[in-house]
Amino acid sequence: MAEDYVKLLADLQENEVLELTKKRIESGEDVMNILDDGRAAMAIVGKRFADGEYFLPELVFSGELLKLVTEMVKPHLTQAADTKKLAKVVIGTVAGDIHDIGLNIVEFMLDVNGFDVTNLGVDVPVEKFVDAIKETKAPILGLSGFLTPAFDAMKETVEAMEKAGLRKDLKIMIGGGQMDDEVKKYAKADAYGKDAMAAVALAKGWIGAS
Amino acid sequence: MEKDWAELSPDEKREVRFNQWLSPPGVTFSSPEAEKGYKERVTRFIKAFKLQKPDRVPCILPASNYAAYYAGMDLRTVMYDYDKLSEAWLKFFYDFKDDLDTYIPPGLVPPGRALEIVDYKLYKWPGHGISGDTTSYQCAEAEYMKADEYDALIRDPSDFWLRTYMPRVFGVLKAFPQLPAWTSFEEIAIQSFIPFGLPDIQAGFKALLEAGTESLKWLAAVGAVAGEATAAGIPGIMSGLSKAPFDTLGDTLRGTQGVMMDMFQRPDKLHEAMERIAPLAIESAKNAVNSGAVPVVFMPLHKGADGFMSDKQYETFYWPTFKKVIMALVNEGIMVVLFAEGSYNTRFEYIKELPKGATAWWFDQTDIIRAKKELGDVCCIMGNVPTSLMMTGTPQEVKDHCRKLIEVCGKDGGYVLTGGANIDKGPEENMRAMMAAAKEYGVYK
Repeated sequence: MAEDYVKLLADLQENEVLELTKKRIESGEDVMNILDDGRAAMAIVGKRFADGEYFLPELVFSGELLKLVTEMVKPHLTQAADTKKLAKVVIGTVAGDIHDIGLNIVEFMLDVNGFDVTNLGVDVPVEKFVDAIKETKAPILGLSGFLTPAFDAMKETVEAMEKAGLRKDLKIMIGGGQMDDEVKKYAKADAYGKDAMAAVALAKGWIGAS
Repeated sequence: MEKDWAELSPDEKREVRFNQWLSPPGVTFSSPEAEKGYKERVTRFIKAFKLQKPDRVPCILPASNYAAYYAGMDLRTVMYDYDKLSEAWLKFFYDFKDDLDTYIPPGLVPPGRALEIVDYKLYKWPGHGISGDTTSYQCAEAEYMKADEYDALIRDPSDFWLRTYMPRVFGVLKAFPQLPAWTSFEEIAIQSFIPFGLPDIQAGFKALLEAGTESLKWLAAVGAVAGEATAAGIPGIMSGLSKAPFDTLGDTLRGTQGVMMDMFQRPDKLHEAMERIAPLAIESAKNAVNSGAVPVVFMPLHKGADGFMSDKQYETFYWPTFKKVIMALVNEGIMVVLFAEGSYNTRFEYIKELPKGATAWWFDQTDIIRAKKELGDVCCIMGNVPTSLMMTGTPQEVKDHCRKLIEVCGKDGGYVLTGGANIDKGPEENMRAMMAAAKEYGVYK
């Protein structure tokens, strides 16, 4: 049954998924299994996205489906979910930029690929990035930006990491709209990723995961 | 006697409009040289649009809010002080006059005070939602239309705008849902006026009037700058903006998240809404062109770019009503410039469906070399010097990049040299290097 469930969810069969979720909860099954299946399905969605079979609409819809499932399951949870993660990653859209479509795709893809992602949202001031790196001790920082004002904001964010003495142990990647390798050089980041798949590959490379 | 407008073919209509652009009614040029220069520049663009060889490759300097920073000011200042706005834009104009094939007046810098008067929520601008030193204004996407409101939108878009959408994006109109539909006025109005007596409703209308007064001040400043540039012989390049119906829904009504959910959960409603919006987009673009001299409409494209959806989804959801808008404008003889933000590498097959020489595609990160090869006999190609190069590169690097573009994309005409997107800040020398490249390498023998 679990295998079908994972497949239905990865195939975005809304009605069947919700019906089956209800049935599984009513049957008294350990609801943690449902959440595990949800994660497995999202990994498939992520793979299909990386393969060019799925696009943004499928990511959005699968995310919403998972949210619905999680809400159904929540009242029946007895223990907190405990999953092993590869590494922590802090991401956010730099100051002066309020775009988050790309940012959220990167969050989704890092998450389904096993990273523990802290998404600081949009228009994130430099200090907030610094605080988040101090707090989480994440080895990886992802800076998102859509417009050209982000060039300077990225540069300032990287400089702030240096000033706070955090730069040495930190890998910084940038991406989004008008970003490219030129901007990476300008901002003194470590890498530019052209899409969410590149972000995953970079992060995995840096922590030595395959 | 000339043929009736309705009897003209699209090509004939375009010729009429192009001729009007060449000899704009009501314009007095500052000198015979200015008039000569104006005609040369317009001809340069017209030929490129028609996929012919002009005297040389035309160039549009990729400056959006650039003039403000060039003049040592910032966007916030010029959004609120229209004298400063004129000053900055005129300074840029006169300093760059010899390097301009076209001039973009400050019509895309919104009047900050008018936006404040109506408590505008759809956008954030420097000092209002984002830091005062930000160089651009940005759309604050949200679900301004709920999933269950499609029927209301489809039934009567104007009513939906007035009583549902506008109260959400204009804070001062929050009481407007209490208004009756305009069509519900009684034959002998007995109670119909009552809602208009409510203080909150009145405050909304007063704010609109005030925003109107403020906007006229702004218009006077913008109009004077535009008029001065035209009189001096530098033409404008667009009269109006339009959008793909999918983007109207995805950007401003349902938001990206919402519209993408709708593709799965209520595709029929989404289609119906886009069909309803298409004629409105067409009408508003036509009106903009008919009231200006430049027969060009500019369409910034968002959610149909590579990666945003599959080809199948593009073909199903994005393209049909988008094509409908383009074709309606083309059939009216209007030149449509499509600004494909991001990349459009996977959509060439759709572009090929459009009639030859009727559109211009301004590419941002698309493989423009491939575009020239595959689309060069379909549409004018525009672009795509990277913004990063314009802002952080050296003048020589900019010039070299432009040269490459001119040599490949400019071959046999049908090409306009410009940026991948516009910039707000950056070395003056890089702007000059772009035009220098057009003049040095772009001359057709």
